[in-house]
Amino acid sequence: MSQHDEIEALLPLQSATFHILMALADDDRHGYAIIQDVAERTSGELKLSPGTLYRSIQRMLEQGLISETRTRPAPEYDDERRRYYRITPFGVAVAKAETSRLNQLLKLARSRGFAPERA
Amino acid sequence: MRAYRLLLMLYPVSFRNEYGAEMCADFAQRARSESHVRLWLNVFIDTLFNAVAAHWDILRQDLRYTWRTLRRSPGFAITAVAVIGLGIGANTAAFSISDFVLLRPLPFRDADRLVKIWARVPEYPRLEMSPPNYRDWKSASKSFEVMASFHPVSNNLIGQGDPERLDGTATDAELLPMLGVQPLMGRFFTPEDDREGAPGTVILSNSLWRTVFGGDANVLGRKVILDDEPYTVIGVMPATFSFPNRQTEFWVPSRFTAQVFQERDNTYLQVLGKLKPGVTIGAARAELGVVAVQLEKQYPKDNAHLGATVLHLRDELSQQSRLLLYALCGAALCVLLIACANVANLLLARALARQKELAVRAALGAGRERMIRQMLTESLMLAAFGGTLGVLFAIVAIPLLNLLVPIALPTSEMPSLDLRILLFAAVLTTITGVVFGIIPALRVSGRSDLVGLREGVRSGGAKKERLRSALVIAEVMASVVLLVSSGLLLRALWKVQSTDPGIRTEGVLTLRTTLPLPKYEQVAKRTAFYDHVLGEVRQLPSVKSAAYISFLPMVMRGGIWPIVVAGDQPNDQRPKTASLRYVTPDFFATLGIPFHAGRDISESDTVGRPSVAVVSDSFAKRYWPNESAIGHRFNVAFDDRIIVGVVADIRVRGLERDSEPQVYLSSKQVADGAVPFYAPKDLVIHAAGDVTSLVPAVRGIIRRADPSQPISNVRTLAEIVADETATREAQVRVLAIFAGVAFLLAAVGIYGVLSFMVSQRDREIGVRMALGAQARDVFKMVLKQGVVLATVGIVPGVLLAYASARGMESLLAGVKPRDPVTFLVATGVCLAMAMAGAVFPALRAASIDPVTVMRSE
Repeated sequence: MSQHDEIEALLPLQSATFHILMALADDDRHGYAIIQDVAERTSGELKLSPGTLYRSIQRMLEQGLISETRTRPAPEYDDERRRYYRITPFGVAVAKAETSRLNQLLKLARSRGFAPERA
Repeated sequence: MRAYRLLLMLYPVSFRNEYGAEMCADFAQRARSESHVRLWLNVFIDTLFNAVAAHWDILRQDLRYTWRTLRRSPGFAITAVAVIGLGIGANTAAFSISDFVLLRPLPFRDADRLVKIWARVPEYPRLEMSPPNYRDWKSASKSFEVMASFHPVSNNLIGQGDPERLDGTATDAELLPMLGVQPLMGRFFTPEDDREGAPGTVILSNSLWRTVFGGDANVLGRKVILDDEPYTVIGVMPATFSFPNRQTEFWVPSRFTAQVFQERDNTYLQVLGKLKPGVTIGAARAELGVVAVQLEKQYPKDNAHLGATVLHLRDELSQQSRLLLYALCGAALCVLLIACANVANLLLARALARQKELAVRAALGAGRERMIRQMLTESLMLAAFGGTLGVLFAIVAIPLLNLLVPIALPTSEMPSLDLRILLFAAVLTTITGVVFGIIPALRVSGRSDLVGLREGVRSGGAKKERLRSALVIAEVMASVVLLVSSGLLLRALWKVQSTDPGIRTEGVLTLRTTLPLPKYEQVAKRTAFYDHVLGEVRQLPSVKSAAYISFLPMVMRGGIWPIVVAGDQPNDQRPKTASLRYVTPDFFATLGIPFHAGRDISESDTVGRPSVAVVSDSFAKRYWPNESAIGHRFNVAFDDRIIVGVVADIRVRGLERDSEPQVYLSSKQVADGAVPFYAPKDLVIHAAGDVTSLVPAVRGIIRRADPSQPISNVRTLAEIVADETATREAQVRVLAIFAGVAFLLAAVGIYGVLSFMVSQRDREIGVRMALGAQARDVFKMVLKQGVVLATVGIVPGVLLAYASARGMESLLAGVKPRDPVTFLVATGVCLAMAMAGAVFPALRAASIDPVTVMRSE
């Protein structure tokens, strides 16, 4: 399977998966930080539950969208129970593909008058 | 926090190990900022939902993975599924039938209190009763709530389409209510219906009602003619009811006349009793024993040595039918044992082959729990497929095995797939699958991860190889038992089949015309009918000879009468009985029974002339061992007879039982209305060519002789004799199939073990060959291993087989349980099988190239 096919096979992304990828876009984060980041960016609209989060993380690790990183914060900020996750290049590619898919969809919706034209 | 940890237990172990700590940390953090009630509510719902989802994720993954791996090794998958399917199918079928015949209570109320009561004399443990004895026993005994008699009748039904011959049962009014069933419509007999001279009443079986009467809802009150007497239909029985056997088509009241209570030696009644609550069968036996002694004192001549046999209705089945089913179950268990051993072997072998894969997965972080789960999923998936296949096998097999259900079983149902047994077999196989699926997983995951990787597939084999060898030995053992058992039964079958029935079987057509009473009460009228039919039949082009007889040998095994010979030793303890038949001239020629002395019954042997008899050789030797029996006299069936001919003996009681000596009387020398049961009814025709082609012509002749006379039981004598061994053949076939399956599985087992051994030890073999061992030596070494495995299994197998053969000795028709030929052949076949299983691995071992093997290391 080419990388293109591999990406296509994962689309469309579940919303939790997409949000987790976005949360990891700029920084490595541990699980709880992901929950908080998602909640903040969506103004509290989306609160991932721990069960959903870690099931998603488990699956995303298997799919190669994210990886566990060994670089940890300074000891005074670290909690040894925490594990830190980083987006992989493959994860970035998948997130981009999902974005462009959504974009296409949005354009299509606009052309049918479902959404206001770009301001 | 502890509560939360407990809650997390709902998640799969692997998930908990991975993320449990983090989730606890998250929880602690949230607990600081959120309200407790809301937090717990959220957490609870979240965990419940996601734990189920996580389990489901894993299951789906495992199923996908299993499906992929199984598809990668279709040979393994198909073999395992087929083996499991065979095991489950064979057992489900065998135990369904045995449960049906042997265990399930009969479909009657208080079935455990129903007993059959027989008269007993020294040589016959179960003898029908005469009406006066029945009446005396019934009134004298206190152990029974009810006692009722019944006897088979056979009547011509006229007025419903073609005349038809039907088998029915005449009963006392108490019989049907005693069984605790209700008629589908109408009512049972009242004592009023059952008195002498009462108008005829009849209850129809469900099948008769549906076929002959077209399921007519208004059948009650209909008048039908049975043997020229009008009967009124008063009831129809439900489809599930049949008594006393599966062939009964109607019931009529006995309506005993005063006359029958005078004939203490005319024994034809079967008696069913219902024990009073709390009375044991032993007490009933003891009581009837006392009654019998009193009756013997009262009637010393007729009731000499007469005792009682009391049996549970359920236990009426012959010992043979019972044993046959035990044998079937034993064979099925053997197959199951072999199937389990084989599946275990397959899974172990597979685990061995996958050791490297498992080690890799363990090294990559797959936890012990995940790997066990994975293997479990695999075994369960195999078991599920195998179970489904087994159900299909059983569905196909059960109707085939129905041949083994005795006709005597008083229920009209046939065995069907038994869910409980299916479940049992499925559970057993699943357990096998699970246990043998887990063991390798536990072993592998319990080891340090890298050992397996480093050693590849070559490590840890010895222990498992021993286990696998043990399993193969068990398979060989079970195959020997099955091979010997089916071999012995096959020998018994051959022996029975080769028994000379004493009659010509080829080229003889038989059919029955039971002449109804009172229309044919007069001998002259019967004779006119026989003369008409026989006269015209003999004119048919290919017919060589034809005759009538009371009942054909093997078709009717009874008809045993006491014999009185003047001047006989009174203290001679040998039975003084003979099987009695009335015949027309030419009977012996038609069945090819040779004359040893004297002449045939002739047309001139009529009433008013001296009563003549033709007797069998054994009869003549029994009473006149040192002289010709011709001219001697004896008394049978109420008259003195003079012997005019001696013929060879025939097998009246069938191929497997010794028969009483035979006595033949002239069909014309009988008083009008006497012994009507013995009026000749079976027509036998010996002809050239295909005898069945005569049937239309013969039907026409009989129609001309009496248009209302039904014809039944049209068969060739060859078929009748072949029927003698039909059950035996079915049984041999079933056991042979089981043995064949077992044999094949054991061969596969040996092949598997040796193949693995060779692949495990290829380096050692390579070294040996590098050190100068010849390919031939290596070949021999592997072959020897196979033979050793087989021998270790054969020795205890032979002992077990002997034990089981002893157990079924009565099924063997005189073939000795230690029959050396069978044992030698079975052992030889097993050894050959071991060799055949070993040949391929041995060839592979012999073709190992030392250089290649060493280099690959």
